[in-house]
Amino acid sequence: MGRLLLAESDSYVAPGPQSFDYPAIFGGVTKPMVQIALSVIIVAVFYLTASSRLKLVPGKFQFLAESAYSTVRNSIGGENIARKDLRPYIPLLLTLFSFILVNNLFGFIPFFQLPTMGHIAFPMGLAVFVWLLFIFVGIRRHGFGHYFAKTLVPEGVPKPVLILYIPIEFFSTFIMRPVTLTARLFATMFAGHIMLLVFVTGGEYILLHASAGVKVAAPIAFLMAIGLSFVELLIQVLQAYVFTLLTANYIGGALAEGH
Amino acid sequence: MLHTQLILAAETQPNPVLPNPAEIIIGLIAFFILLYIITKKVVPRFEALYAERSAKIEGGIEKAEQAQAEAQRALEQYRAQLAEARAEAARIRDDARLEGVQIVDEMRAQAQAESERIVAQGQAQLDAQRAQIVAELRGDLGRMAVTLAERVVGESLEDETRKRGTVDRFLNELDAVSAPAGK
Repeated sequence: MGRLLLAESDSYVAPGPQSFDYPAIFGGVTKPMVQIALSVIIVAVFYLTASSRLKLVPGKFQFLAESAYSTVRNSIGGENIARKDLRPYIPLLLTLFSFILVNNLFGFIPFFQLPTMGHIAFPMGLAVFVWLLFIFVGIRRHGFGHYFAKTLVPEGVPKPVLILYIPIEFFSTFIMRPVTLTARLFATMFAGHIMLLVFVTGGEYILLHASAGVKVAAPIAFLMAIGLSFVELLIQVLQAYVFTLLTANYIGGALAEGH
Repeated sequence: MLHTQLILAAETQPNPVLPNPAEIIIGLIAFFILLYIITKKVVPRFEALYAERSAKIEGGIEKAEQAQAEAQRALEQYRAQLAEARAEAARIRDDARLEGVQIVDEMRAQAQAESERIVAQGQAQLDAQRAQIVAELRGDLGRMAVTLAERVVGESLEDETRKRGTVDRFLNELDAVSAPAGK
């Protein structure tokens, strides 16, 4: 991106949404699409290889895969979904976590360096899917009327309060959940990437175009970029975890008996 | 100049909040492919492993419990056997004591009977001897009395039958007189 900018002009153009628009590699295929496809291959190959020869006493590789698996299964799934209902949702949670994690990590891995989830379309697709799924699961378990009644009208709340409670609960559960799921993942990836670009392209610009006295600021900018990369790495893992955790929480809440 | 270019760049920037429909579809397709693979292959394998692992642990626990139960059972059995043996011994001791008492009683009864028998026999023998002696004495006494009488009276009493009749009569009278004191 920086290279491209510098080829066009000598003036500094701040990184923005256009920084996520890569020209198509061939046909209509763009870099994020390639990364998405690649992430499927990476995750599938990883788990298929790890699980092909499972032993009771795990080796190093199996241990790695197993810790990811049991984190998703026990601490994300087990904490939010009742044990008896958990099994059918393990694949979903594992896929969500791994898929988002790898696509986020593309923002850190050299040569990719673009978090796929920085394109709002991808988190939006997943969030809408999760939204439809938890409503479907709740209705299938409790029936249409009972599901909405149990979600919107908790026991022990005085009637006048319900006038306020029901619209707020409806709004936050059935309208805002997909929006916040999307925004949280998209915005962190988007903002993190732009912040990195600011330091990288800014440093580059200073190094090449600023007067000699100001050039000393360039290494500081690069150091900041490296430091921020590691902060980003943490956020990338965290966001994958949070997205999966919330999904498990929504499904668990839809399945639960009480409010 | 820099300022105008920044504005220009801002004006041509895409809106990041508007999703690209193609990307939504591709993202979801990719996600579902991965979900399919993980549902069909990966999770069943891991779950099988977990089940096997917990079965192994539970199996071990169960085996230990079984062994413990068996040991407990054996202990109970030994205890029962021991108690039975003790009871048996006590019963045998009681039986022996009872039998001993019985034997002693029997022996005592037998000895009593024997002694009574011996006493009775002695008595009978004594009676027989007495009768014999009395008979002998009776003959001797008769003869001596007759001889004495012949000498005193000087008269011969030849007839045997009369002689015996006289003597017997005399002796019978004598018996009758001394009977209350004699026997």
